[in-house]
Amino acid sequence: MALDRWVALVFLGICLAYGYAAWFTMDGSLPPFMRRTPVWPSSFPKVLSIAGIILSTIVLLGLEKGEEKIGDVDYRKLGEYHLSQALMLLGLMVAYALLLRPAGFLLATSGFLIGGSVILGERRWLVMIVVSAIATGLVWYLVQVVLGIFLRPLPFFMGV
Amino acid sequence: MLEGILLGLQTALSIQNLLMVIGGCLIGTFIGMLPGLGPMSIIAIMIPVAISMGDPAAALILLAGVYYGAIFGGSTSSILLNAPGVAGTVATSFDGYPMARAGKAGKALTIAAIASFAGGTIGAILLMIFAPALSSVALLFHSSEYFALMVVGLSAIAAFAGTGQVAKALLMTVIGLIMATVGETAQFNAPRFTMGIMDLQSGFGFITLAMAMFALPEALYLVLKPSRSAQGSSGEIKDLRITREEAKQITPVIGRQSLQGFFIGVLPGAGATIASFLGYAVERNIASKDEQKEFGHGSVKGLAAPETANNAACTGSFVPLLTLGIPGSGTTAILLGALIALSITPGPRLMIDNPSIFWAVIISMYIGNVVLLILNLPLIPYIAKVLAVPRNFLIPFILFFTLMGAYIGQNNATELLILVGFGIVATILKFADYPLAPLLIGFILGTMLEDNFSRSMSLYDGPSFLWERPMTTGLLLVALILVILPSYRARRARARQEGVADGD
Repeated sequence: MALDRWVALVFLGICLAYGYAAWFTMDGSLPPFMRRTPVWPSSFPKVLSIAGIILSTIVLLGLEKGEEKIGDVDYRKLGEYHLSQALMLLGLMVAYALLLRPAGFLLATSGFLIGGSVILGERRWLVMIVVSAIATGLVWYLVQVVLGIFLRPLPFFMGV
Repeated sequence: MLEGILLGLQTALSIQNLLMVIGGCLIGTFIGMLPGLGPMSIIAIMIPVAISMGDPAAALILLAGVYYGAIFGGSTSSILLNAPGVAGTVATSFDGYPMARAGKAGKALTIAAIASFAGGTIGAILLMIFAPALSSVALLFHSSEYFALMVVGLSAIAAFAGTGQVAKALLMTVIGLIMATVGETAQFNAPRFTMGIMDLQSGFGFITLAMAMFALPEALYLVLKPSRSAQGSSGEIKDLRITREEAKQITPVIGRQSLQGFFIGVLPGAGATIASFLGYAVERNIASKDEQKEFGHGSVKGLAAPETANNAACTGSFVPLLTLGIPGSGTTAILLGALIALSITPGPRLMIDNPSIFWAVIISMYIGNVVLLILNLPLIPYIAKVLAVPRNFLIPFILFFTLMGAYIGQNNATELLILVGFGIVATILKFADYPLAPLLIGFILGTMLEDNFSRSMSLYDGPSFLWERPMTTGLLLVALILVILPSYRARRARARQEGVADGD
């Protein structure tokens, strides 16, 4: 089964769960006075769930046949691309999300920029450190001072 | 109208707003030039900046400037590197790149800039004429017509997705609508579908979703397949002048394509991409035999046509946004999201309630075009240096700005994890050839669609508005035809291939 039909299967599951909630469970908590109104919070979701179930079934069963296009990246040959780099960068982004608050903006961001370059195969350490330090400082200045949005610059144990 | 123009001039010519136009155009050109980053990602990245300025007119002016700049930058990389950064400029590379290879890069850039300028300016004039007329008609619409109109818009976007794709595009739209129902609504005062998770109480973040749908998958594609970010020195760009002969050749092309591009841009779903390809095809067909041979080998007409058409179409796509509040493309959908975040509701009331915003945006379109012509063009040889930035540095920066955009909007680190999660999902969807723009448009229109649906249901005490109001019924029929027609035609084409006779 091709990937797009697997995706349709997942969507079908989501739509069924959504439809179950809309049709059977969520009306229970509706206050009595609202039961008299012609439109309930569940009215629109009910329509959507039916549309979603029909459409995902059409895609799942391949009822609408179109020529299969292979985009820029063919997922069947994922191994031939730089998959490990992409996964490592995603990991780096997660690490950045978790470290941004505790480590402070300056440290986390320059670490992220250097780490990203290293993952992509850059080895000119001095250039990387200088570029990321300048960029981090500049962005921090722009966000904190010009836009006035608070970003804690330093790690948690060093004050603010 | 004159009053409005003066009001617009007053707002747009303030120093702050002039700086916004100039800054937006420059930033857009810079980033739009990078292969693989389209205007949607750039605008998504710029939205937090625009929103935090707090002034809706300035924000919209900045974002519109970024939009033009991105299209212009995209044509630069198409011409110099044969690597279009934006789908709307693919047709530009057909003739632009051969010209650059023949050592006429400067000339090609000038023609592109003049064509863009003319397309954008004529488009803005048409916008000025048509938008007020359309919004006075739109004031007659009731909520049931709005509901139907949005359904038509969403179906049109799905219908233009291509054969074999309509069901997928519609499915993505419905998923977007479903995502829009998550969280608390003003209408019912009760959280829905949050599964008890506090972070979902306010629904999914629009900026996070926009970043995850466009910026992140594009960046990941650049990592996966380095050849996508074709790199190289752009060569020396010199001799920006064009001859009188060439100017004479491209003038009629620009005139025709401005009109055609504009009206294609107004249609929901058909944007700059379709306009540019169609413009190229039309000009090739009506050119003389000798000129036809030049197309694809560096014809000035073949370069001017798509460039004019895509800029006129960009301007045209503002018509449904400003008059009906219905975005016709992914980019205008993102702009709509930004406006709603600034508590401005685009629609027919915009011209009456906030005339300064409406007219300032139109006036700033002229200014933006002038900026692109007189400021960006001479700077292009220098801006083109950005093409030489090594991707080892470029990609971490793109990812960082994506993260930053999601973080500034919410000031919440959980949002970054949601961003990465949705980004992975969006990349998988892109692998499976699902169009991503319908999802975001559905998400943005979802709340409005439900509001109008509920209002009509209340007014008519049930779903009878669907058949009692002729205009609503008519619009819904149009939507149905839009959805069914492409699959019917595909079926017929297949039947013909298999040797089965047609009915007609």
